[in-house]
Amino acid sequence: MRYLLFALPLIALVALVAVFAFSIDRDPGLVRSVLIDKPAPVFAMQEVPELGVPGFDTASLKGEVTVVNVFASWCIPCRDEHPLLVALKEVTGVRLFGINQADAPENARAFLAELGNPYDAVGTDRDRRVSIDWGVYGVPETFVVDPQGIITFKHVGPLTPDAIETELLPAIEKARG
Amino acid sequence: MTWLRALLLALCLATPVVALSPDEILPDPVLEQRARDISAGLRCLVCQNQSIDDSDADLAKDLRVLVRERLVAGDSDEAVRQYLVDRYGEYVLLNPRVNSHTILLWIAAPVLLLAGLGTLVVVGHRRRAVEAGLSAEEQAALDELR
Repeated sequence: MRYLLFALPLIALVALVAVFAFSIDRDPGLVRSVLIDKPAPVFAMQEVPELGVPGFDTASLKGEVTVVNVFASWCIPCRDEHPLLVALKEVTGVRLFGINQADAPENARAFLAELGNPYDAVGTDRDRRVSIDWGVYGVPETFVVDPQGIITFKHVGPLTPDAIETELLPAIEKARG
Repeated sequence: MTWLRALLLALCLATPVVALSPDEILPDPVLEQRARDISAGLRCLVCQNQSIDDSDADLAKDLRVLVRERLVAGDSDEAVRQYLVDRYGEYVLLNPRVNSHTILLWIAAPVLLLAGLGTLVVVGHRRRAVEAGLSAEEQAALDELR
């Protein structure tokens, strides 16, 4: 009993060091979304004029799995991410919607003309209200929405080949059920 | 005269630094004060240790405008906070709420204090009991065993 009392601070210290050691690589900037496992917010977005794909709203998310990507022409990491989205669309054929955040239509059109348009629909969100409803705090962000319109996955920041392989593709598979 | 103009200009620039821009401010001072109080307690998710009242980030500005819109629409302070919590989670509140997963945060310090005081009292009692020697009953029980 007496020995235990002496050992207790040491054990507590070791436990604390273990906790710190495990969380040292964690990025404190990543905040788990409260919207996961909740229905997608109620919204309706107009199309980007002359882009050639429609806008979308809450109802259009239902029916099949949708990947929703928040992007903007002014967002540098989006440029890095974009070829991965084009490849994702080609390989999986998953339905891909874009939320074009705080962008001028001509810039959005130029961005997609240059890098290719993998989106089946692009909604324009010039005042960011729809992004706020989706709890977006940085661009790019990527969501997976299941056929019932429930958000099942969120990735903050640009997608990487590794993130697509280990997180996004499994999330799409899971949402397909 | 040039130096006087320069001085006046410098004085104009020496206003207190707030992120709030004049076009965001509500005409109603009571509502504006409520908006400022709410904003001061909301975390800017882009620059995570600043409130949206302090931050110059675009998102912080959008959220400040949103807070004011909700207030003008007649929402209570709590309803405005809940509106943002529904979208960004409780992490958006700089002052965490008391509930099942933050209870440890709130009670840990007082509980540790009480535990420490309790330990002191128990140890003090024991020491006094040892110093006082055996009670009459204990002495009787000991004698019986002999």
